[in-house]
Amino acid sequence: MSEIRNYTLNFGPQHPAAHGVLRLVLEMDGEVIQRADPHIGLLHRATEKLAESKPYNQSIGYMDRLDYVSMMCNEHGYLLAMEKLLGIEVPERAQYIRVMFDEITRLLNHLLWIGAHGLDVGAMTIFLYAFREREDLMDLYEAVSGARLHATYYRPGGVARDLPDSMPLYSPSKWHSKKEVDKLNEARSGSMLDFIEDFTNRFPRYVDEYETLLTDNRIWKQRLVDIGIVSPERALQLGFTGPMLRGSGIEWDLRKKQPYEVYDRMDFDIPVGTNGDSYDRYLVRMEEMRQSNRIIKQCVDWLRNNPGPVMAEDHKVAPPRREAMKADMESLIHHFKLFTEGFCLPAGEAYGAIEHPKGEFGVYIVSDGANKPYRLKIRAPGFAHLSALDEMTRGHMLADVVAVIGTQDIVFGEIDR
Amino acid sequence: MTNNIQQLSEKLAAGFGAKLTGNVVDCGEVTIEVSVNDLMSVCLKLRDDHEFAFEQLIDLCGVDYSEYGQTEWVTEQATGTGFSRGVDVASHGRLRFGDETPEKKKDCLRFAVVYHLLSVTNNQRLRVRVYAEDDAMPVVPSVTTIWAGANWFEREAFDLFGIHFEGHNDLRRILTDYGFVGHPFRKDFPLVGHVEMRYDPEQKRVIYQPVTIEPRVLVPRVIREDNRYFEPEEGAADV
Repeated sequence: MSEIRNYTLNFGPQHPAAHGVLRLVLEMDGEVIQRADPHIGLLHRATEKLAESKPYNQSIGYMDRLDYVSMMCNEHGYLLAMEKLLGIEVPERAQYIRVMFDEITRLLNHLLWIGAHGLDVGAMTIFLYAFREREDLMDLYEAVSGARLHATYYRPGGVARDLPDSMPLYSPSKWHSKKEVDKLNEARSGSMLDFIEDFTNRFPRYVDEYETLLTDNRIWKQRLVDIGIVSPERALQLGFTGPMLRGSGIEWDLRKKQPYEVYDRMDFDIPVGTNGDSYDRYLVRMEEMRQSNRIIKQCVDWLRNNPGPVMAEDHKVAPPRREAMKADMESLIHHFKLFTEGFCLPAGEAYGAIEHPKGEFGVYIVSDGANKPYRLKIRAPGFAHLSALDEMTRGHMLADVVAVIGTQDIVFGEIDR
Repeated sequence: MTNNIQQLSEKLAAGFGAKLTGNVVDCGEVTIEVSVNDLMSVCLKLRDDHEFAFEQLIDLCGVDYSEYGQTEWVTEQATGTGFSRGVDVASHGRLRFGDETPEKKKDCLRFAVVYHLLSVTNNQRLRVRVYAEDDAMPVVPSVTTIWAGANWFEREAFDLFGIHFEGHNDLRRILTDYGFVGHPFRKDFPLVGHVEMRYDPEQKRVIYQPVTIEPRVLVPRVIREDNRYFEPEEGAADV
């Protein structure tokens, strides 16, 4: 009999299933994983150190670039910590807008996740379906902030501006005839809220489509059921949060348990898994999309009926209106000071955490009273999840590593920071 | 919620007594400080005592306090020639290659490790801070045996701050490049770094060389005496 030796396999960092720049060093016994050693840091940009050398309000854009598929949620975590220290009140309408866009962001994130996860384990079609809906959601980002991805829309004291009255329309081109374009523009003819409402009415059917493709799909189940099982005790030990924790059967959601903004007024449910395997986490995320849709609907209803300010009136933190600056000396001074020097936070420390699509995204700010953070620490959910990759893949086959990476919903922007 | 936090703070004071060197409630968060020697026993009790039940280590990070409270721009008083311009070297943002770092204030310990704990059972959070005793060789016991999730967080703090975690069985660098020298998040490490990498067409390989980027700070670091944030007088504390 020939002698079979263990060997080491290098996976990534340039591998389509590595979700960016993950380098995995795998010790294999035949096709079975003995040990997985993720090498991370290939996308390390020292966001925290950069933030320490910039005024608070100039770092919001950096937060978008952490987890670059759920941009506004990152901003939200950063602002929660900051607003905690500042002690300012955000207007109610801005809180609803934040909640609505947090949930839109959750859909964006989960849609990308289902697409990429599907591709990883061999389901090609789902990717195209998911990106069809992402297009609409990114149009919302664009309509509200001008950018499709890195929005910098949330600001200390509220949001940058109120929701627009109209949506951008498609125009006929070489590729799209007038008739096609009219069909595309049908839902976009009203205000932004009309478009969102139309989307929320369409979306549950889309989720049904994804589920038709995957949930009972024999191959999908073969690839996910009983892969990467994590017990509830182990999930807590390893610092899991979000869908990873809920997939293991622990009912923990910051939106319910430690509600921020207006989540305590929202009516939604927390899906929980039972087996803690990849398939359960898939089901949890699918259900989360439906629940997010419910929350968005409630926000739309409220926002329609309650116009109001979307930015705090405290001009030490929030810039004055552009018109006011033309005639009012004090507004001009405030504006000048805010955009040259920024604002100082009181000395102290605060930790702001939100239920990010991937788990608990927290920002810890240490302030010594200056206009720049003394220390900023970003608690990225993916970092804790990826650290458990070794444990989750041990004893599985090589192909299952890819499924586990997919189920962890890894994005390197936040892990490497 | 506020009540819960006060209660937690009192429970902690009762449960640990003299082991706590600090116990502060601020911004709706409880922060306790313990000494390095007590860290393990305190953490173990925090996890296992049902009164606390902090099953989860949410975050662990290092902090370098060596420049705490330093500004680049004095705004209190003007001199005969006006206010200072705030362009003198005072922070890591302005350091160049080979620059000496500015003198440190030596009134407190330099490195601290901050733990953020979460109790899923009791729905409460806690921050634990421990100062490393030796500034030149900061050592803190590893909590990987208490919370397995601490593994990578400790590696990160070691990588970025050079804090050693005693008892950690795999303390390697994690975020920086292979063969990186120095601990980049220390306050005396320049923002532009020490070395840059480029392809050298003559040697036909990638080489490292001292950085050529000019450090640039657009906004000086400034601490304003803002009377909104002054501590209220005794008696007026309940706002």
